[in-house]
Amino acid sequence: MTEPILNVEDVSVRISGLHILQGVSFTVAPTGVTVLLGRNGVGKTTTLRAIVGLTPPAGEVRGTIRMGAQSLLARPTHRLVRGGLGYVPEDRCVFAGLTVAENLRLAERRGTEPAYDKVFALFPELDRRGRQRAGSLSGGQQQMLAIGRVLLNDNRLLLVDEPTKGLAPKVVTEVAEVLERVADSVPVLLVEQNLAVVRRLARDAVVLAAGKVAWTGEARELLLETALTKSLLGVGSAEVSH
Amino acid sequence: MGTVILLTLTGLGLAALYFLVASGLSLVFGLADVLNFAHGLFLGVGAYGTWWAAGNLPGAGSDGFGFVLAVAFGVAAGTLVAILVELVLIRPLYSRTIEQVLVTVGLSLAGVALLQATWGADARPFPRPDWTRQVTGILGAQVPNGGLLLIIAAVLVLGAILAFLRWTRYGLVIRAGVENREMVTALGIDVRKAFTLVFAIGGAAAALAGALGGVYFGTVSPGQGGSLLIFAFIVVVIGGMGSVVGSAYAAVVVGLVQQFVNYYGTSGLGDICVVGLLAVVLLLRPQGIAGKVATA
Repeated sequence: MTEPILNVEDVSVRISGLHILQGVSFTVAPTGVTVLLGRNGVGKTTTLRAIVGLTPPAGEVRGTIRMGAQSLLARPTHRLVRGGLGYVPEDRCVFAGLTVAENLRLAERRGTEPAYDKVFALFPELDRRGRQRAGSLSGGQQQMLAIGRVLLNDNRLLLVDEPTKGLAPKVVTEVAEVLERVADSVPVLLVEQNLAVVRRLARDAVVLAAGKVAWTGEARELLLETALTKSLLGVGSAEVSH
Repeated sequence: MGTVILLTLTGLGLAALYFLVASGLSLVFGLADVLNFAHGLFLGVGAYGTWWAAGNLPGAGSDGFGFVLAVAFGVAAGTLVAILVELVLIRPLYSRTIEQVLVTVGLSLAGVALLQATWGADARPFPRPDWTRQVTGILGAQVPNGGLLLIIAAVLVLGAILAFLRWTRYGLVIRAGVENREMVTALGIDVRKAFTLVFAIGGAAAALAGALGGVYFGTVSPGQGGSLLIFAFIVVVIGGMGSVVGSAYAAVVVGLVQQFVNYYGTSGLGDICVVGLLAVVLLLRPQGIAGKVATA
């Protein structure tokens, strides 16, 4: 059996006295997309932020998080990212006052050749809009910029938080296509609410409920179990089947 | 007409002084979220460093190249102190706002006390080139050269900071960090280096304000930095935290309001009007003229 790229073991996160995550354990396979599911507020984003070292200063993370043999906890975020952990946050977080080209330039790293060819092949729009301020891009274009920024460098694992949130259906399809192509070369841990996207992309699934892991297994298996899906995710058979 | 020109140019001289102090303060707050009450100390170190160098540093003096060397020494001293303050006192306290305020207020008080203990509490005559004591006739107004020097220096500093923000990698990091510091680190950038850099830039600009403020006022005293810092904070809030251009606009407004109201109204009324202006801005546009953007 292949070794997982990410091991999350018994991780608990407490922020301002609230136990957001309680003993969460799961693994991410070294290939394909593993999706992190759950209702709103169960701790999906907190999990990603704990992995990438972005738990707020008032928070406390306990447990073990390993990427390969390397322990991630207590290491500063910039070192984790330079070590190959790519992070695309919820709500894109592009730098609105900077141009598209400047947003991309910011992600360049000394000593490595930025993969502009790859990024512009995936998102030709970014090449054309280089001089445009990122804040004036549409939601879909901003999402492409947020993903493109991370893909400029080689990654061992990508963490992608709700990439289709608030996007038009056509753009959702485009983003899903890109993530599908990206996942061919790098494993992805994806937080996603859109089950059609989950169905298309995810091989494995981890479901959180009230800060704990409620279910793990193959995503296909989860989506077939409509009663289970409804109880864990709060969606009916109609949403699952689409 | 001559009076209006004189008031305008002396107001701009004052604005230049405020801008030199406020620009660094604004960048430090915009990027690092540090409200640095010790910023006036950097000004004091620059002023006393220049004063000391003019009398003691070989080659330095109160005129010509010697004066340039003395100012360079003062600016270097202010920059060094700013870097040390960031590395030793502020860095362990990032995201601990109350402790930061306590430490920087304490440092500011201790700095003034140290200057007093070393060189006395009284104002001392500042060594300055003869031509800065003279005036230049502009459109019928006799404008002090010391004020014109401040205006030129502030314009050069503004241009240099904007060019730095616009054209350099660290400038890009600072502009991005002012918008979203966390995301900068999530792109693999050690934002702490940028923190040190903005402290150094702010310290250098404040120290230059100290040196040229000495030329402008003709004296140097331990409390000078603290009194200028109050107006610099007002400029930063009116201009928008993190915006260098906003600070420049706000400094001009504050400097001109102070000069004109003090002249045509009662002495001291200008300061009250500035505080009133601050209140109006906070009520109508709390993000300041430019908002939180490190404009390039």
